[in-house]
Amino acid sequence: MTDVIDTLAGLPPESELRAARPTAREYAQKSYEALFVSVREGLMPVGERLAVTCFVAGLHGDTPAMEHYAGLLAESDAAGLSDAIAAAVAAGRTEGPYGAFPAGPLSAEDTPGMVFKADADALGARLAAAFEHAHMLVFHPRDAGRDAIVALTGAGWSATDIVTLSQMISFLSFQIRAGAGLRVLAAAS
Amino acid sequence: MTETVLTHENPDEPNVFTQDMLGWEPWLPPMDEADLTERHWTALVQKGRSKMPYFMLLARDPDILEYRTRTDMDIFYNPDAGLPRADREMAAAATSRYNGCIYCASVHSRFATQHSKRKDEVQKLLDQGVSARIDPRWDAITDAAVALTSIPMTFGPDHIEALRDTGMDDQAIADAIYAISFFNWANRLMLSLGPTTPGEAK
Repeated sequence: MTDVIDTLAGLPPESELRAARPTAREYAQKSYEALFVSVREGLMPVGERLAVTCFVAGLHGDTPAMEHYAGLLAESDAAGLSDAIAAAVAAGRTEGPYGAFPAGPLSAEDTPGMVFKADADALGARLAAAFEHAHMLVFHPRDAGRDAIVALTGAGWSATDIVTLSQMISFLSFQIRAGAGLRVLAAAS
Repeated sequence: MTETVLTHENPDEPNVFTQDMLGWEPWLPPMDEADLTERHWTALVQKGRSKMPYFMLLARDPDILEYRTRTDMDIFYNPDAGLPRADREMAAAATSRYNGCIYCASVHSRFATQHSKRKDEVQKLLDQGVSARIDPRWDAITDAAVALTSIPMTFGPDHIEALRDTGMDDQAIADAIYAISFFNWANRLMLSLGPTTPGEAK
């Protein structure tokens, strides 16, 4: 299977830029495949994963990632959500990171920002809760507290699915940046 | 049945960036050691991690835990060429400072100090934040961390040039990109899955 960070960065296969970190390369790709390709039975469904992922890629505004994951979404059972996801991206785009610190000396650095509300009519309650969580993790992760987890469990999310959802959003935050960073480096080499 | 969300009395939640040892507690129940299969033990990578609630919570999805850990280890521990370990840790600390992960910043600022022996300069990043000016190398790494962590991302050719001006080759710059990107993964897990708590009494 084509290496996805190579695809996002526009690198040829076996680029010198990634040759010295073969294990990172292999396991970043395995992370992607575990999250989106060979998903274990009983874990978070693939359609939900791709819906949240297209939202996350859209919030980052990274065209290669948006195109890659839109392609996967189109072939999934969540393809019908693409308009709802596009609307959520348009409503949710902002600048980050922002958020509040635990009260104390760092409160002077607190930065307010958007608290995203997803359209539960368009997405369903379970996916709407995931979109709200994803928006927080993408733009203001330091605001994430117990209430955010309670919001997910209240919408029917199990502890294991919350772990998968969190890993997926966090992995994408890595993958999109690694792709974008290497793209800039390759262009400047 | 609605899942149980754990409660932690945390009146002394750390509210400054520090190089001291801190603690961390999960909002959701970690796995029990008795329930671990071979797959889970492999996914933990290091056996001692079965004593750590963070890894035992992540073990609920063992595949992504294992692959996350092996990605992490190559980015930070692979000594073959590229960026010195102290600088990789500084990239992790700067990213954590900017995203606001007090726990991750504590761990990786300690590593940066351990490998650079420059505790006061590392502390300057924690105290003053990402606008702190330390030296050309660490400033260029911090500026790259800010540009690649921000959304919209503003990382561009000027950042590459600034890193290169401090003697970094393409492999070293690739390492900085990986370290910064990886901490955008790590910070979000740590910040969202549980609160930071005071360290053990010394």
